[in-house]
Amino acid sequence: MANELIQPDKFFLTRFGLNERAFERVLDTALERRADYADIYFEWRSNESINLEDSMVNRTAKSVSQGCGVRVCAEERTGYAYTDEITVDRMRLAAQTARTIADRAAGGREPVAVGQSVARHDLYALATLPLEVPAVQKVSLLEQIDRAARAYDPRIKNVMASVMTETKVVLIAAGDGKLAADVQPLCRLNVSVIAEENGNRQMGFFGGGGRLEYDYFLAGERWREFVREAARQAVVNLEAVAAPAGEMVVVLGPGWPGILLHEAVGHGLEGDFNRKGASAFSGRIGEQVASPLCTVIDDGTLPNRRGSLNVDDEGTPTSRTVLIERGILRGYLQDRLNARLMKLPLTGNGRRESFAHMPMPRMTNTFMLAGDSAPEEIIRSVKRGIYAASFGGGQVDITSGKFVFSANEAYLIEDGQLTRPIKGATLIGNGPQVLRRVSMVGSDLKLDAGIGTCGKDGQSVPVGVGLPTIRIDAITVGGTHA
Amino acid sequence: MKSGQAPTSHTDLELAQWALERARARGASAAEVLTLTAEALSAGVRLGEVEKLKSSRERRIGLRVFTGSSSACASTAELSSDGLERFIEETIALARVTARDPWSGLPAPELHPREVPELNLEDTTHRVIGAEGALDMARRAEQAALSSDPSITNSEGAEFSSGWHRLTFVNSQGFSAAYNATSYSLVVTPIAQAGGSMQRDYWYSAARRYELLKAPEEVGLIAGRRARRRLGARKIPTRRAPIIFDSETAGSLLGAVTAAACGHALYTGASFLKDRLGTRIAAPSVDLIDDPTIVGALGSKPFDGEGAASRRKTLIAQGELKSYLLDSYSARKLGLASTGNASRGIGSPPSAAPTNLYLEPGPQSPEEIIRSVKSGLLVTEMIGFGINLVTGDYSRGAAGFWIEDGELAYPVEEITIAGNLAQMMRDVEMIGNDLEWRSSVASPTIKIAEMTIAGA
Repeated sequence: MANELIQPDKFFLTRFGLNERAFERVLDTALERRADYADIYFEWRSNESINLEDSMVNRTAKSVSQGCGVRVCAEERTGYAYTDEITVDRMRLAAQTARTIADRAAGGREPVAVGQSVARHDLYALATLPLEVPAVQKVSLLEQIDRAARAYDPRIKNVMASVMTETKVVLIAAGDGKLAADVQPLCRLNVSVIAEENGNRQMGFFGGGGRLEYDYFLAGERWREFVREAARQAVVNLEAVAAPAGEMVVVLGPGWPGILLHEAVGHGLEGDFNRKGASAFSGRIGEQVASPLCTVIDDGTLPNRRGSLNVDDEGTPTSRTVLIERGILRGYLQDRLNARLMKLPLTGNGRRESFAHMPMPRMTNTFMLAGDSAPEEIIRSVKRGIYAASFGGGQVDITSGKFVFSANEAYLIEDGQLTRPIKGATLIGNGPQVLRRVSMVGSDLKLDAGIGTCGKDGQSVPVGVGLPTIRIDAITVGGTHA
Repeated sequence: MKSGQAPTSHTDLELAQWALERARARGASAAEVLTLTAEALSAGVRLGEVEKLKSSRERRIGLRVFTGSSSACASTAELSSDGLERFIEETIALARVTARDPWSGLPAPELHPREVPELNLEDTTHRVIGAEGALDMARRAEQAALSSDPSITNSEGAEFSSGWHRLTFVNSQGFSAAYNATSYSLVVTPIAQAGGSMQRDYWYSAARRYELLKAPEEVGLIAGRRARRRLGARKIPTRRAPIIFDSETAGSLLGAVTAAACGHALYTGASFLKDRLGTRIAAPSVDLIDDPTIVGALGSKPFDGEGAASRRKTLIAQGELKSYLLDSYSARKLGLASTGNASRGIGSPPSAAPTNLYLEPGPQSPEEIIRSVKSGLLVTEMIGFGINLVTGDYSRGAAGFWIEDGELAYPVEEITIAGNLAQMMRDVEMIGNDLEWRSSVASPTIKIAEMTIAGA
């Protein structure tokens, strides 16, 4: 089924026997006392996961969730109530609960008139939704992946692979009468392998996807790249020696190492932390926070990317926001509440994990623009340091600005050459400082393959990152070799 | 019960039994059904003002079906009878495309408890606390943090949450049981500022009974002190040194070791504890226990995620690895017995996980352990995910206090500590007497002989 056939504007109306008058009744209930804003968020989500281990596709699971949440905002206060039983009675009850944060009587408000549709982007119209592709085809792909990975190298002893597909339909009806709706497909293929030699076991991983057709994995046998990368990483790590410890030059490879930007600056530029003065970047718009080589963008409008959305979860169309321009801090990422309180424009970054959560400012796809150094030249410039090609997760303490991210494929650089692979190590730095130490930016900007999931305040949302090869003159590498 | 009746009006047990019967009628050779009904309310304040209020009601059903030795799991919140019929049919269809797996299946019937123990997980007096009571708790905690020290000038707020749920479980070999549980939690996150430096920290209390929560004033005071004491933190030079994990960070260390002792990591070869059962893996002072049967505890369960009886087990006794944590699938695959540790979301396949995990306390107080260190690090916070369970390689961001001559000298930040979990467990030198249950993982203070600190 193509996603336009779902007709997100009609989806909830037909499915739950609702109409726009019902939305108005609920929103009028929500806005009965003095409030700045109210909305109803409807969500229906279906997903499927198909997993292979020990050469068998033996774990399959699917889930359907649905529900709606009513939100009322008054000044800095938010009331939110949700239910997974979508009926007008339940929604009005939710509205009554949500409005308890508004304590003053409203004066002479016009009744809500719902109907005006928000213009949305069209970033992921698909002829066939990945969730609709029969499971049996995914099973056969995973079996091929298992055989290909084991054939890559006799040291590959186990293969774990999975295909995850999802369709999410959302509708946001707001107190200003605006309606926004969207169908959001998502798919992802993960391959993990274990290589073993003389009792030394190492894992390799590669994954990717996006708001894409399932055929993306099959086109030109792209899945083989996933297999090769995972297997290559595991085999490389069999040779890894202890990582060095201490401050040193670090070169980050292109693509997924962009997680640096996500942790070091992205979270610190989310509107909520800055409004509260709780971020290491608070009050620093216009200041130099990075080397002039660095321009950092958050862009929710890239077609088919995992972090992209036609509209955010408050019905605002996503946009391209310049966070840092040639080293100068330019902008924050906003949801409605924080944009209103900070008197700054909406950026389309109000996101939530599901109807069971309140929206917050979140990143979409966060990346650095390309510079003009050749990647080889950047590596050649380093006498002694490390080159990090791939990372696992990262985390940041917004207030102190300290952030970490952990390499899972890295090499020593000695006299301008990549020499030995080193064991995984965590890198730790300070957000407002680290980008000042960027002395070279490569011409090879690459976006990640589509595996990022960002966690904040207990909520997970899909995101993307991107980076050209960059040189950081000093950052602490947490190896064991002091 | 007739299949045409609208299941939404049924009790959870009736709904589960109806779905079980329909799954069998549609060709499932065996099946399990779980239902979850939940209510919750959480309230947040910031700088004394109401910031957020969130209230919820949910009801879901989860299903695992077998067609011979193939299986599939699913969950849905679409509870109309047509919706459920379709859902059951689709789940069975998914099982049919899944591989025949000789180790799959329900747990052996003798694993089900004859009598489900009463673990007192529900506070029937308080259930879900209303908005006013919840806001009051959050306000009192934040106020205590804000007034704990003049450096506490800002706050990310305080939040009080309470929730109630009922879990019902039935399977096709006749096991049927249900339990109710409540939980209460309070967390406060103050921000300290001085001389251009800004630090936040938090403190919390969580319990299954409202009366067992710490007083909000006490929680706030501790949070304020924790944020204030981090001000002026510095980076230290790279070196090797003894490391003390305080009782909070020590819990994460136990969690990592235990994750490597869980069934899935073992049979896929993704664990440094593979093939180590019966061998010495830690210092002789280490006794690590998993106990789902503690009355009223946060990780307690009267039966596990596939209905197997809950029981206490010693994972590590005097440094020797005595037991893994297994569900019935991983147990069959490893040729061992299930330990009753199946854990699952209602619509996902069971896999083994700890319940209430704790390290037996040792003789020394935390102060005595600090006094034993000439130069070393007390770790009070860790960030990041730098743990490789396949190899045990460990490298994480840390913050804490430098120890000089047995005294805390100054706060430290922007460093990493690195080692290997297998070596770290063998290098446990001292264990504190400060075991306290604040979450489902509890550890006293732990001293490790030496690790690498990377800093300036």
